[in-house]
Amino acid sequence: MSKLTPVLSAHWDERDSHTLAGYQRHGGYNAMKKALAMDPDAVIQMVKDSGLRGRGGAGFPTGNKWGFIPQGDNKDHYLVVNADESEPGTCKDTPLLMANPHVLVEGVIIASYAIRAKHAFIYIRGEVTHVTRRMLQAIEDAYKAGFLGKNILGKGFDLELTLHIGAGAYICGEETALLDSLEGFRGQPRLRPPFPAIAGLYARPTVVNNVESIASVPAIVEKGAEWFASLGTEKSKGFTLYSLSGHVNNPGQFEAPLGITLRELLELAGGVRTGHRLKFWTPGGSSTPIFTDAHLDTPLDYESVSAAGSMLGTKALQIFDETTCVLRAVLRWTEFYKHESCGKCTPCREGTWWLVQILRDLENGKGSEADLAKLLDICDNLLGRSFCALGDGAASPIMSSIKYFRDEYIAHLTHGGCLFDPVASTLFASSKAGA
Amino acid sequence: MANAPQTFDANFLSRLDAIIARYPRSRSAIMPMLHLVQAREGFVTAEGIEVIAKKLDLTTAEVHAVASFYTQYRRTPAGEYHVGVCTNTLCAIMGGDAIFAGLKDHLGIENNERTADGKVSLEHIECNAACDYAPVVMVNWEFFDNQTVESATTLVDDLRAGKKPAPTRGPDSVPTFKEASEVLAGFNDGRANEGIQAGEPTLLGLKIAKGERK
Ligand SMILES: Cc1cc2nc3c(=O)[nH]c(=O)nc-3n(C[C@H](O)[C@H](O)[C@H](O)COP(=O)(O)O)c2cc1C
Ligand code: SF4
Ligand code: FES
Repeated sequence: MSKLTPVLSAHWDERDSHTLAGYQRHGGYNAMKKALAMDPDAVIQMVKDSGLRGRGGAGFPTGNKWGFIPQGDNKDHYLVVNADESEPGTCKDTPLLMANPHVLVEGVIIASYAIRAKHAFIYIRGEVTHVTRRMLQAIEDAYKAGFLGKNILGKGFDLELTLHIGAGAYICGEETALLDSLEGFRGQPRLRPPFPAIAGLYARPTVVNNVESIASVPAIVEKGAEWFASLGTEKSKGFTLYSLSGHVNNPGQFEAPLGITLRELLELAGGVRTGHRLKFWTPGGSSTPIFTDAHLDTPLDYESVSAAGSMLGTKALQIFDETTCVLRAVLRWTEFYKHESCGKCTPCREGTWWLVQILRDLENGKGSEADLAKLLDICDNLLGRSFCALGDGAASPIMSSIKYFRDEYIAHLTHGGCLFDPVASTLFASSKAGA
Repeated sequence: MANAPQTFDANFLSRLDAIIARYPRSRSAIMPMLHLVQAREGFVTAEGIEVIAKKLDLTTAEVHAVASFYTQYRRTPAGEYHVGVCTNTLCAIMGGDAIFAGLKDHLGIENNERTADGKVSLEHIECNAACDYAPVVMVNWEFFDNQTVESATTLVDDLRAGKKPAPTRGPDSVPTFKEASEVLAGFNDGRANEGIQAGEPTLLGLKIAKGERK
């Protein structure tokens, strides 16, 4: 018996899972009906009781976030869904929305009702045309069905839902940069406090939640907080999407209770690429410190991954086998952070530039062991000293790879360059080997 | 230049108004408006900036400051088919670097250039949220999954020959850059029901849970 618990993914194998009819065949929008018959505060309490934590990376309790919205303040409130999904390795929200955009729409309706928002936004990254179409269609169909617009289900609740489409900027996934972008400015992070719950979109109380967080709400309302809380671990409750990619025989999405281990997931994914062995992996995208084969049995929940020195992040498990040069991998991620740095603060703007220069030299066998200390010193100036978490993320791959693979950095120097054959790590190489 | 915005027809201008109507405050409309300019022009033109500035009561400098922040807004015309090869770490290692090098060589163009026939432009892109389908190539931001150097070469040849191949996960045929930009401006082209709902990697966990796969 596998540990898998398909809830969000339960009907993705049906050809019309993305349509209104496909969604309603399995009870879609029933949770909305149930929620709209409840007191909004009771809906917030239910989400609090479920223990649902944000699936966008930080794991903040979703119900608590909703509870921070001041009520009776006579101000407009907003719900903003973060569908920017751009953290390297992260690939869960995009297939979710392609296969079932309506579960997000239903979650948006319930969440907006709970926090008393009359206008909600979904900020989707601009590089996924087909997902955008499906979102547009789902919103259109929900309006036609009377689930959005004026006086929803005759309950006197009004809600407008706007899809806002980005244009290629990773930083707009950071929630305050996202809000600036949505207001029509360059997407740069804001100083906090004030937090979005007090002064968010248009300086009004705003909840920003990840796609998967909001999409998890209908099932909680339908099946109850106790059901959700009965899955997962003591402090990391419920089920979630784990995404396995890279050097595994069968990459893909696995919906399982929090706390499953990589060893268990690898078994489901057919193991590491045949004939190879695990070298390093990310537990939650490129911004989370890498792990090695020493962490195969670390439960993948928020607490256990932190205790082992990384972060659960987005549960984007990128698997690299022994054919991969760790320095090449880290340099490429660092180039990404340099490119995506918004330029607002010096440690990140300048630091990422220097990190790239030093890593490029090291990859080519130039420099000395002292450069490792320099890398760590720059990382030290990024970590915790940057304006937003992008800077922290940039430091993570470097610091963790030097911790586990210092010898490999040095080997580039003694060897005068890279020791790895890039062809050996490609998918083509493995398909040839398998033939 | 002063009269330039007049080159935009009434239909275009009314669609700018439709975009403004989506938001509580007009300035929020700037990004979809820029996508709509690309849908008409193939990139962000000076005239496009001007017409947006006028509509939103901003200076052209303010609009330009926003446009230049986001990589999808182009300063030079895209090809009819804008090909993006993911060279972020995971795809790069799985073959993205080889694909990108192969396409540059085959097309005789560099990053962010366009073939002389105007058909194909090429760009190396960041992680496109499809790592379980690596290596990934995007055409006008539609998914072409699990590519090889050979398959990507055939793909660009087909695009240049005017064939309209079907993305792996997307509509039945790939749209042009301008058509795709219209969707990104938030205008539904009615093709949402085309194509599969999910690829095999997306379904893997579900199928194992149902005992349909090991
Ligand atoms: C650089 C950066 C990029 C981020 N990108 C995303 C993203 O694409 N999607 C997302 O949901 N959260 C992203 N986040 C986290 C958000 O700031 C925020 O914590 C999250 O959307 C809150 O939702 P949740 O509580 O439901 O997890 C990013 C954070 C940073 C610092
Ligand atoms: S850490 Fe980087 S991305 Fe964040 S505000 Fe500073 S420069 Fe911008
Ligand atoms: S690394 Fe290429 S799609 Fe994620």
